Formats: sequence, C-alpha cells, structure tokens
Amino acid sequence: MNRLTRLSAAEMVTLLDSREISSVELTQAHLDRIESVDGAIHAFLRTLPEVALAEAEAADAARASGEDLPELAGVPIAVKDVLATKGLTTTCGSKILRNWIPAYDATVVKKLREAHLPVLGKTNMDEFAMGSSTEHSAYGPTHNPWDLDRIPGGSGGGSAAAVGAFEAPLALGSDTGGSIRQPAAVTGTVGVKPTYGGVSRYGLVAMASSLDQVGPVARNVLDTALLHAVIGGHDPKDQTSLNDPVPPVVEAARLGLAGDVKGLRIGVVQELGGSGFQAGVMDRFQEALALLEGLGATVRQVSCPSFRYALGAYYLIMPSEASSNLARFDAMRYGIRVDPKAGPVTAESVMGATREAGFGPEVKRRIILGTYALSAGYYDAYYGSAQKVRTLIQRDFEAAWEQVDVLVSPTSPTTAFKLGEKLDDPLAMYLADVATIPVNLAGIPGISVPSGLAEDGLPAGFQALAPARADAFLYQVGGALEAALEDKWGGPLAAQALEIPTQSRVKEASNG
Amino acid sequence: MPAISREEVARVAALARISLAEDELDHFASQLDSIVEAVRTVSEAAGGDVPATSHPIPLVNIYRPDVVHPSLTVEEALESAPAREANQFKVPQILGEEP
Amino acid sequence: MADLFGFDEALERFDPVLGIEIHVELNTKTKMFCSCANNFGAPPNSQVCPVCLGLPGAMPAVNHKAVESAIRLGLALNCEVAEHCTFARKNYFYPDVSKDYQISQYDDPIDFDGYLDVELEDGAVFRIGIERAHMEEDAAKNTHVGGATGRIQGADYTLVDYNRGGTPLVEIVTRPIEGAGARTPELARAYVAAVRELVIALGISDARMDQGSIRADVNLSLRPRASDPSKQAQVPFGKRSETKNVNSLRAIDKAVRHEVRRQAALLASGGAVVQETRHWHEDTESTSPGRSKEQAEDYRYFPEPDLLPIEPSRAWVEELRLTLPEPPAERRKRLQGAWGFTDFEMRDAVNAGALDLIAATVEAGASPAGARKWWMGELARAANERGTDLAGLPATPADIAGLESLIAAGRINDKLARQVLEGVLAGEGTPEEVLTARGLEVVSDDAALLEAIDAALAAQPDIAEKIRGGKVQAAGAIVGAVMKATRGQADAGRVRELIIEKLGS
Repeated sequence: MNRLTRLSAAEMVTLLDSREISSVELTQAHLDRIESVDGAIHAFLRTLPEVALAEAEAADAARASGEDLPELAGVPIAVKDVLATKGLTTTCGSKILRNWIPAYDATVVKKLREAHLPVLGKTNMDEFAMGSSTEHSAYGPTHNPWDLDRIPGGSGGGSAAAVGAFEAPLALGSDTGGSIRQPAAVTGTVGVKPTYGGVSRYGLVAMASSLDQVGPVARNVLDTALLHAVIGGHDPKDQTSLNDPVPPVVEAARLGLAGDVKGLRIGVVQELGGSGFQAGVMDRFQEALALLEGLGATVRQVSCPSFRYALGAYYLIMPSEASSNLARFDAMRYGIRVDPKAGPVTAESVMGATREAGFGPEVKRRIILGTYALSAGYYDAYYGSAQKVRTLIQRDFEAAWEQVDVLVSPTSPTTAFKLGEKLDDPLAMYLADVATIPVNLAGIPGISVPSGLAEDGLPAGFQALAPARADAFLYQVGGALEAALEDKWGGPLAAQALEIPTQSRVKEASNG
Repeated sequence: MPAISREEVARVAALARISLAEDELDHFASQLDSIVEAVRTVSEAAGGDVPATSHPIPLVNIYRPDVVHPSLTVEEALESAPAREANQFKVPQILGEEP
Repeated sequence: MADLFGFDEALERFDPVLGIEIHVELNTKTKMFCSCANNFGAPPNSQVCPVCLGLPGAMPAVNHKAVESAIRLGLALNCEVAEHCTFARKNYFYPDVSKDYQISQYDDPIDFDGYLDVELEDGAVFRIGIERAHMEEDAAKNTHVGGATGRIQGADYTLVDYNRGGTPLVEIVTRPIEGAGARTPELARAYVAAVRELVIALGISDARMDQGSIRADVNLSLRPRASDPSKQAQVPFGKRSETKNVNSLRAIDKAVRHEVRRQAALLASGGAVVQETRHWHEDTESTSPGRSKEQAEDYRYFPEPDLLPIEPSRAWVEELRLTLPEPPAERRKRLQGAWGFTDFEMRDAVNAGALDLIAATVEAGASPAGARKWWMGELARAANERGTDLAGLPATPADIAGLESLIAAGRINDKLARQVLEGVLAGEGTPEEVLTARGLEVVSDDAALLEAIDAALAAQPDIAEKIRGGKVQAAGAIVGAVMKATRGQADAGRVRELIIEKLGS
C-alpha cells in the first residue's frame, strides 16, 4: 500500500502545504488503492478518476498561486451515492435511479468543490439509505475491511468501508437512524451525525426529512472535525438549516486530543446497554469510560425511560415520511420506466410496474408500512402517537442535560454480523440501530469513535451525544478518548486491521 | 388476529402504487404484521396531553425573498426524462382524473 | 342528459345548498416554494428547477411575498389570521404533481372564519361565510394528445409542462350557502365575481379566469323543501356533487343551474345523487361525472417536515391591514355618488372593466361624463376591434384627460378629437404631440377663415345673393364649403358669424 493512503487527512494537508506532495499524487494514490482493493470491498458504486484528477489539478494550481485555501484543499474524498452530483449518475443504491443524472449539485457537494476536495467516487449504500448492512444495495453488498464475510454496517457501509480500507481519507455520509455512526462502529472508523440543521440537506435524497442529516466520516476525530467544518453552516435552500455559525468543532477536537476533559460531566444512558448488547462491546465501552474518568471527567448513570419506545416511534415516523418522499419515483420525469407485464399501459399501471421492479424488498416494506401508518383511520394511533413519543424522548434528553454535558453508550449492540445473517429478518436488523435512533428523533448530535476490538476481534464503537448545537462537545470527548486509546494501543485502531487481499474491481461503466 | 391483514397490505400497496406480486404479498403480510405488532407499544406510550413533535429543532417563520433566480435550461430539465416530445415530458395516457 | 327538471319546478320541491372553492393564483414574481419566475405563457419547461420538478434531494423554500398576499386576502375576506399555521403534504400520485404530493395546508390554514358581503344586481346583499383560505402550490399543465376530444379519456398519451407547477395558490373555501333559493345560480356567480374584484383591488393576482388564474369548483346539493319554511335550515343536507373546471362567470351560473335541474330530476325519480366530482362542459352546457374511483382518496396528510410553521406576528398582520384597498362594493358606491352616474351607467362601466380607468381619468382632470364617454364609446370600440380589453389599449387615462382638456380649451372639436385619439392609439404620442404632428388644431385665425369664405362665396354667387337677401339659413352651404376647404379644422360657429357679419346688413 502506498504510504500516502495511510496518512490522516490532517497530515496530508501538512504535506500539501509544504509542497512535499501534490493533490494529483495524493488523489492518484487513492485511485490506485481503490483499484487494488475495491474488488474485495466494493465500497464504491462508481469512481470518478477523471473528475477527481481534474479537481486535484485545480487544487494544486490554486495552492501554487498562493491563494488562501480552505484547510482540506487537495485532500480527496468519497461521497455517499445519496447526494446529488451534477452531471454524475446518482443512484441511491437503487435500480429505479440506475440512470439518473442530476441537473444540480447538493449543497454539501458544492461546498466540497468550492473547498477543492477532489471527489474520488460515489459510495455504496443500502437502497435509499434503508438498512443497517449495505446488503440492501441494488448493486451488491459492501464488505467489511476487517472481515470480508461481514457487513460494514449501513446504510453508509460504502463510505465507512472506503475510509476503513484506506481507499479514501474522508467520506460523506447521511444519518437517519444511525447510518453514519453504526457503520463507523463496525468498521473501526469515526462518524458524526451533526445537530439537525447543522449541515444542509439540500441535494440529499430524502428518506425521512425530519430525521436525515448529512455528516462527516473519517478514520480519526480531528479529520472528522475538519470535514464537519467544511460542510457545515446555513443554507437558505434548506429552510430547516440552522442560521448559526458552525460550532467550533476543530478547536474542540484539538482540545480533546490534548486530553482536556477535566470537569466534563458524562452520563451513561442506562437504557442503552446491558441486555441485548454483546459482552465484548460492553467491556470496551466500560474501559473507555474508565479512561475518560481517568482524564478528569465525571461519570454518572442517567435514565431515559422513554427510549424503550424510540425504536417503535422511529419505525413509524421514518417509513411514513419515506413513503411520501419516495413517491416521486414514478417513472414520469427521471429514472427507469417499466411497462406492466399485462393490461393497459397507463400512467398508473406504469407507476405500479416501475415501482414494483425498481424498488428492493426493504424499500417496499417501508413504503407500505409508512403508507399504512399515515392512512385514514390509523394516523392518530401510529404516526400521531410516534410524534408524541418524540416529544417524550426530547424531554428525557432535556432532563439529562440538566445533569450532564454529554451522554454516552455503545454505538451498536454488536460487532459486524455476517453477510446474509439478518437479511430476511427485518426486526433483528432494526435492532442494530437501537442506540443510535433516539438521537435522530431528538435532532441532537452524536459521534461514534472506535473503542477497540471486541472478543471476536472486530471493532466496537463508543457513542457520545450532546445537546442540540453543542456538536463541539462530541469532538472534545471523542478526541480525548481517541488519544487515550491510541496511547494504549500504540497507534490507530485501523493499523491493527489485516491487509486486504488485492482483488481488482469488476469493470464498471465509468461515470456518466 | 393479525395486526395487518393480507388484504390490508394489498390495499396499501395499491395506494403506494406498487404492483406487488402474489407471493410478495404473502411474504410482506407476515413481515409487516410482526413489525406493526412491534411498534404498537408506541400508541400506549403517549397520553393525550403530550404535544406532537414534527420538527426536531423548533424554528418558525423561515422565508425566502420573492426574487427570481435562473431556472434550469429546458435541456437540463428534460435530460433524464424517460420519454419526451416537444420539450415536454411524455407520459402514458392518464385514466384517472384530477383529484 | 334528457333527465333534467325545469329550474322553477326543481326549486318548488328542493332547497339548494351551495359551496364554492376558489383557487386564486398569486402574481408573485417567483413560485410558492422555489425561485423560478412565475409567469404565464413561457415556453414549456423553461421555468423549472430541481424544486418544482421534484428532483430527488431538492427542498422547498417558502416565498415571503406569497404569505403576505395570503394574509392580505384573508384580511380582505374578514378572516382571522392564524397565530400559528403549518404546511402539510397531500399525498396522491398524478403526473402533473411533480413530487407526487402537493404541499398544502390541512388542519391549520393561514386564514379562517371570514365572510364576504355579495351584492346581487337588484341590490340585495348576501353574506357568504368563508370557512378558510389556505396556501398551496399549483399542479403542472397536462396536454392530452391523441383521441378525439383532447380530454383525458381516449388520449394516447399526455405531455406535461411543469412551468405552472409550484405557482402559489390560495384556496378559498366557503361555508355552506343556504337560503338563496332560486337566486342560488346568480349568487354563485356574484360571489366569484366579487372575489375576483377583490383580488384585483388587492393586486395579488392577474385574476384571468380564461387563463386559469382564478378557478372555481362548485359544490351543490339539494334537500327537500320543509313544509314549514322556517324549519328549512333544520333539514339535513343532501349528497353533493363537486363540479370542476367552471372557468367563466357565465359558466358558474349555468353550472349551478344545471346541477339543480339534474339532481332534482334524479331525486324526484327516486334516484340518489352520487357524491362525486363532475366536469363542466362549456360546449354542451352540462356536467359529466369524472371516472368513478374504486375507493375514496386517502391523501395521508401529514406535517411537511421540510418547512417550518408560520407564526405571523400581530404587528405584521396589522401593518398589512393598513394596506388593504377600499372594499370594491363601497368604492363603487362612493364613485357612483361622486360621478353622478345612473345605476345602468355604473354597471356598464364595471362590466366593461372601465371603472379603474374612468377613476384614473377623472383623477387626471377629466370630467366623469367625459371620461365615461371616451372609455365606454370610442375606446371600447377600439378594444373590441383589436380583441383586447380596455387596459390593454395604448391610450392611458392621462391621455384621455389630456384629450378632454384640449376640447375644453377649444383647441379641437369633437371630430378632431377622434382623429387625435386615433393617433394616440396608433402610438404617435400624447394628444398634444399628435395634435402638433398632424396639424389638427382648430383654425381660429379670422383672416384665414375670411379668405376661405371669400373663395366659397365667389364659387357660389347665387348663394351669396340669397344671404344678402336675408335668407340667413342659406349660409349653411358656405359653412360646409369652408369646413371642407379647411379639412374640418375651422370652428363652424365662427365661420357662420363671419359670413353673417360680411353679408348681413
């Protein structure tokens, strides 16, 4: 492996700034790495070598001209295929959008371009971000770099695996119920779901609009913060976006990395642990807590009684909104069009046939569930009640913030499970997100950082949550934990992963 | 008695414009039934006096000024259309009616 | 079709209950939820963007001006303006709804509990209760291709132009209108006309029914006549039909009349009215049922997560209240009094869309009678010939006032004034400019006139002789000759005086 791909994004910036390397070199090194390992990993749906190298050249030129550059200029990045990229196929992991070429860029993609981050390609995901294993991609699953027979988490398994397998130093994800954090946990990487509204959703193909949030994915806390600073901030095109400055996430990460968490009040969510959680995952979590305590943080138990309804509320609100958001995939304006096998060809029958052929089973399940929950006679009992539970969960958090600065839990109850293990058992699959979901329901920020390897030798994640708009706390805690753990391990967790066998990628149609 | 019947799944699938095959209908009916059963607790959790939360962060009165920005070109608008004619989207005959 | 009752007969047995939904397209610069231009008549799909095309990932953003217009309309309809209201998604699949849901308002509209007093031709006033007025976005335009009729049924395929998609709409919903009896069709028409007049006065819509910027759906039901008329209100409502596509004032009256007769015939023969959507056909002046649905629509309304609640401050609402125009009916009364028009003249002016033009002309200095004479006479003819409305003519109220002042100053006569107006309508400039350019001013130079008189007398010595002999009425022939020679620019009265002076004793 080219040594360049082992660097952190922050280190890459240092070398770029000192002109020891160029962005073209750096980008090419990652394209080469993708070429050699992505056949085994399948993190990418499409790579964009020409686009990325052109952007890298532009970054180098801008740097050469002495322009005042954004911090990550020239560092390549992978983008989850749920974000619209102008002129470049965007499928959301779905067959129904196999041929969709957006006429516009998502706001965050625009920000990447403006900040000169070359986009290496679009990463694999569960179809329309619905899943916790990336097995629901219409284009085949992504494999966990730690064990190719295991899932990389989901829905953003592609972004997490790309970063975990050193195919990219940075990636963008989206998190509706844990789609950034749970993959981070099971691939030994870092992922953040910012405060709802902290990052623009314009151009993020919506699953559940009141839960979705774009966020950064990287191999360490500082890189994640640097990326957060690039993509965050107000966007008038997203009226739910916060009209606040981006929180001081980079400063907070540096503070944490320096070990400064003295006096920080940490609350352990009683409801998110214990029964149903893998022993090794709990062990690493407890050790992490002890480290933080050793650094001067105070730790106490906090109860959030309404959390036991969170999964149920989530599986009503999310499918309800999704059923409406995904209605537009109707074969009239874009995407594939499928004629009915029998009967007259009408707009209605073509819609039905296209949606039957174009959506995978998990998407259909959720659309039907959501349509049911919103339909006449059921709204109050299902969607209405779920929204009330949402209020109760927010109240639990409000009460907790009276006592502590951050709440913590294991990110996911287990390490990566085997591919195919839970594919046809939706309820079992849904449980993977039990600890990440309350965050989305409340709109608060959450981070997952590696806590070590569990008894099965697979990565486990440590999750921290903070009040709305207090994203900086996450980076402080995450940074402190990362520094303490790496001190103990003698290096980043990713360094402990086995080398991935070289397996060239199946030739794909290049972008277009 | 199941929480959600096979007939109900068929009705809802039609409402969602998904032409489910017969075998899919059976499969989904049993899965959806267990999911609906699992989420039912939600309706017991919240009493009548708890307000609903539709937006996680409470903001109000967010507006856009009434200022024109350039539209897409006609070509960009129609680029991904499955079928087109005379700069319009061509769609199959519509048997329904305006609601 | 054959089964229609006579209208009077229907009214003897049944009591009609009316409800009207009016969609008003707002004339904001941009659409409801995106920054595309909101114009009628642009080339297909040239005013669309990711938002109004419903592209994946695009998000709506509320137009401030549209909210302002909705509040002003609500205030003008004597509504309460909500202290808190939200947008909701109305979910249904249809190719002209780009997201397959329409962003609308559901259980908390921005305006509610209002009324509008509507005056009928004979001066009778009905108060129409307004249940609500809410904001939403318009659908795109479908063109059905193939088939015989160009209607949905029988079309081979449909072309969709999304330019109109996302146009801001306010939908005004009345409470049930009872007790109008035989005047129900007239009242329906008068109500729509009154709303139209109101939105024009507010300046919030083009209000062109022919272009669909105001569209009305008419709900009508019949219930049996109560034996005791004072108990009529206690008789429960019958099943109603909802007639769509009623796109002229005349058609409103006709559609209501038709539904009364159709439903009466159905009910009288022991049949039942089906609660359904019907379409109005201008050509046959009748309604036909829409395709019957297998089951009732289930729109699955839920709060629009992409948009935040609107809580108009009371200060803003009061500020907007100050911008309301004088209610059109009151204004008409005031102007009629000031101008001294008869009821007939006033109605004529209103119907011709000349009211504002006459008012502006009077404002610019003309007499009311003079302003009326031009706008309802020469200009109405010109508009008719050009196939436009009065406001579409190149002549402005200031031009007409200018014309009137030239006449008053004696610089032109009525005949010349018509020529000047011709020039104004031809785009030659203001009346003053046309006058100068065409050299149309009245000849008031006596020397020039005397010269012309001498020439005329010399040409007709016998007539000169008659005048000298005291036959003063013979002077007319000489006046005519002088007018002809001066191409009408002479003051005929002055010519006559000069002839008498010259030949009389």
